[in-house]
Amino acid sequence: MNETVMNEKKAVSEKAISAEEKSARLLLKIRGLRIEGRVDDSWLEIVHGVDLDLRRGEVLGLIGESGAGKSTIGLAAMGFTRDGCRISGGTIEFDGMELTSSPEEDLRMLRGARIAYVAQSAAASFNPAHRLIDQHTAAPVQHKIKTRRESEEDAMELYRRLRLPNPGEIGFRYPHQVSGGQLQRAMTAMAMSCRPDLIIFDEPTTALDVTTQIEVLAAIRDIVDQFDTAALYITHDLAVVAQMADRIKVLLKGDEVEEADTRSMLEAPREEYTRSLWAVRSFQRHQKPVPPADETPVIEVRNVSAAYGPVLVLDDVSFSIHRGRTVAVVGESGSGKSTAARCITGLLPPLSGEVLYNGTPLARHFRDRSKDQLRQAQMIYQMADTALNPKKRIGEIIGRPVSFYGGLRGAELKKRVDELLDQIELEPSQYYHRYPSELSGGQKQRVGIARALAAEPEFIICDEVTSALDQIVAEGILKLLDRLQNDLDLAYMFITHDLATVRAIADHVVVMKEGKVVEAGPKEDMFRPPHHAYTDLLLSSVPEMDPDWLDDLLAKRGVDNIGEAAQQKSAL
Amino acid sequence: MSLFVIVFYGLLIAVSCLTASYRRHDVFMATFSLTLICFLIGLIGGEPWLKRIAIGIGIFLAAGGIAYSFRKFLSLLLPRDAARLIRTAPLTASFGLFVILVYLVAAIFAPIIAPYGEADVIAGAYAPADEKMLLGGDQLGRDLFSRIIYGARNTVGIALLTTGIAFFVGSLLGLMAATLGGWVDQICGRIADTLMAIPQLIFALLLLSILGTNVVNLILVIALLYSPLVFRLARAVAGNIVVMDYIEAAKLRGEKTWYLIVREILPNATAPLVAEFGLRFCFVFLAISALSFLGLGIQPPTADWGSMVRDNSTLISFSQGTPLIPAAAIALLTVAVNFVVDWLLHISSGLKE
Repeated sequence: MNETVMNEKKAVSEKAISAEEKSARLLLKIRGLRIEGRVDDSWLEIVHGVDLDLRRGEVLGLIGESGAGKSTIGLAAMGFTRDGCRISGGTIEFDGMELTSSPEEDLRMLRGARIAYVAQSAAASFNPAHRLIDQHTAAPVQHKIKTRRESEEDAMELYRRLRLPNPGEIGFRYPHQVSGGQLQRAMTAMAMSCRPDLIIFDEPTTALDVTTQIEVLAAIRDIVDQFDTAALYITHDLAVVAQMADRIKVLLKGDEVEEADTRSMLEAPREEYTRSLWAVRSFQRHQKPVPPADETPVIEVRNVSAAYGPVLVLDDVSFSIHRGRTVAVVGESGSGKSTAARCITGLLPPLSGEVLYNGTPLARHFRDRSKDQLRQAQMIYQMADTALNPKKRIGEIIGRPVSFYGGLRGAELKKRVDELLDQIELEPSQYYHRYPSELSGGQKQRVGIARALAAEPEFIICDEVTSALDQIVAEGILKLLDRLQNDLDLAYMFITHDLATVRAIADHVVVMKEGKVVEAGPKEDMFRPPHHAYTDLLLSSVPEMDPDWLDDLLAKRGVDNIGEAAQQKSAL
Repeated sequence: MSLFVIVFYGLLIAVSCLTASYRRHDVFMATFSLTLICFLIGLIGGEPWLKRIAIGIGIFLAAGGIAYSFRKFLSLLLPRDAARLIRTAPLTASFGLFVILVYLVAAIFAPIIAPYGEADVIAGAYAPADEKMLLGGDQLGRDLFSRIIYGARNTVGIALLTTGIAFFVGSLLGLMAATLGGWVDQICGRIADTLMAIPQLIFALLLLSILGTNVVNLILVIALLYSPLVFRLARAVAGNIVVMDYIEAAKLRGEKTWYLIVREILPNATAPLVAEFGLRFCFVFLAISALSFLGLGIQPPTADWGSMVRDNSTLISFSQGTPLIPAAAIALLTVAVNFVVDWLLHISSGLKE
């Protein structure tokens, strides 16, 4: 880190908040932090001496790929390490208190009260058996900061400030009774319950739809401003961090790459690695020409309606997918895009309408389809963790469809699996005998792709295949899918809520909302105004790398015209 | 004050101080609490009680020492992967493994180890222990030690077979019910519910008095009674697995149900099923002992720990410990198996460290 830059920045921030003498003080000072993780019997260093400074009221963005040590550093800022990890060197000083040598009881006094943590998945972090407000009041009551009564009143006030609907009532609901975005805001309110000096946000919006994400971002930024709280904002999404952070620190495999204030970092990244991060969003494939009108599509969905019990989830949906083309089906969770895929595969027999494969109708239920029909339509799943059997080796996972459909055995089978592993750019000799748990997220997703390819299909459904991956890995997967499409003339149905992905890979876009197709057309038309109101909302909610984007959008649309509120309006 | 008392208290206090200075706070609290309790007992009961406590501590330390050495022994003996697993095992688990091993050796080599046959009458009724008879004689003058050894063979062998049958039937049906769903699930589920609604011991007594008491009936009846419990567990475990995407992928590939169950679901369900096996084994074992005690289990003159407790129970009125010996054999095996099962549960739950 350059000494003069540091001093300059310090001077600037001191000037900005000189009104309060206290504020100028460093809140968190980490020096030479080393953290080790246990691998079998030995300790492996995963964070190699990171320095970090955070002043009161400042937001520092930590950014990097998975495995960069972002979360590990975030947790270490509370003096905490995950099971199987330990802090092996360096100092962590929080408001003058050294955390690495403090006894557990002192740290416990700190956590929740003075340092709070907002986890990635609010749905998994709230206890489903208790009301939101009961969980909200637990920390202040435990730390004897507020009485239960005061804390409940405070909770409602925080809910109001975070613009949750019905702030007086929403706290008395159970976690499953509120939406994902609301839950994430409730979690932010909970983190605020003791008015901590520091909040650690660990990818708080990664699991959310773009339209929901934007309102959570706006709410978090607002409340952090209002209470002058310092924050560590951990994310792999550059556009998000550009909106949230005052300064950005880039990490790579446990080392710091560079640190600068947000604007200069975005405008002039110094390091090669940072530039490559910045360039990720640039992958874009040209739209292929629209196929001739008389060509029979590989898959045609014709007036399909489907329901789960009495609830209609697909309402008269039609679209078709041509050979060698990618159709992106866009929409938020609950819009019916995955249900459409389930109808095509035959997992959910449609109520009415039909699915045609090369012009011939497919049986409604997958059990009634022939082995060859099943072979032609393959699927790649969102969560590679649940899509691969954890007790099977990679070779077996990819080899099964090969032997099942192709009847290959022994050496021939091994040869074919090796070929497939080569195709997905994994070294056969190294990966053949591994278990899925020994692979990274991106590698698992590649194995999922290989399993689909092993069937030699004409058509592949990609269900949110990149949404669980960070951007560099996701980019690799998209490029791989694109290359395979060109080599094998595959048709893709690409289900996603991420418009950057659509822009990168789609030829044709279908926008869905509440089980209906709202708008459909070639990609180039879709990204050009005028849009349907809902498409417009989706498009405008995708964060951009410009640090003023959120301010501009809020100024343009108004705080009540983003996210769920805007969705309800567009429905009317 | 005798030398023993001085050494006894001295050692306790020294260990307390040592653990305190090494900051092993949990061990310190345990030893120092023990010291305080011993002061109290020493005042009330005097030296004989202190000696008993010393023997108790000695046995405890010996068990710990055996467990520690046995773990080291296994970790050096076994291949690499298994050795790593053993090294991280708690002492309780290695103690359990040791006890189970001893029982197995006793069961397999019973005729060689036991000095007399299981039905040989060699002395008077309730003969006291001497050089010839390690633990004395039973109510007919048979050697108690020999009968305990043979009892390991009968009781443990039958329990193992019974648990095996219960698990085979229960887990197969459970996995099928979860995979197929629909009416298969409903029918299997309701049959299991019905069987579980009837109190087990009473049902077992009823069935055995109808069918007659022999070893085959005993095994089948208890297996029938325990299979619904396994069914429920297998169905619950598999229920969480069948919703996984890899099962969906296999279904969409057109795989048969048998492949799904054996190749995709079973490997992911083995850990909880194995843990449950250990636990059930204890229950079956106790059920057989209970039935034998009531006279409907293993029939005389076959040696069996449950009936040995019953046969010698009159001695309790004369404050003799003889019936407690087979009871202790049952208790020790149950505890040992549970130690191992706890460890297996810990591994299968994915909790590390």
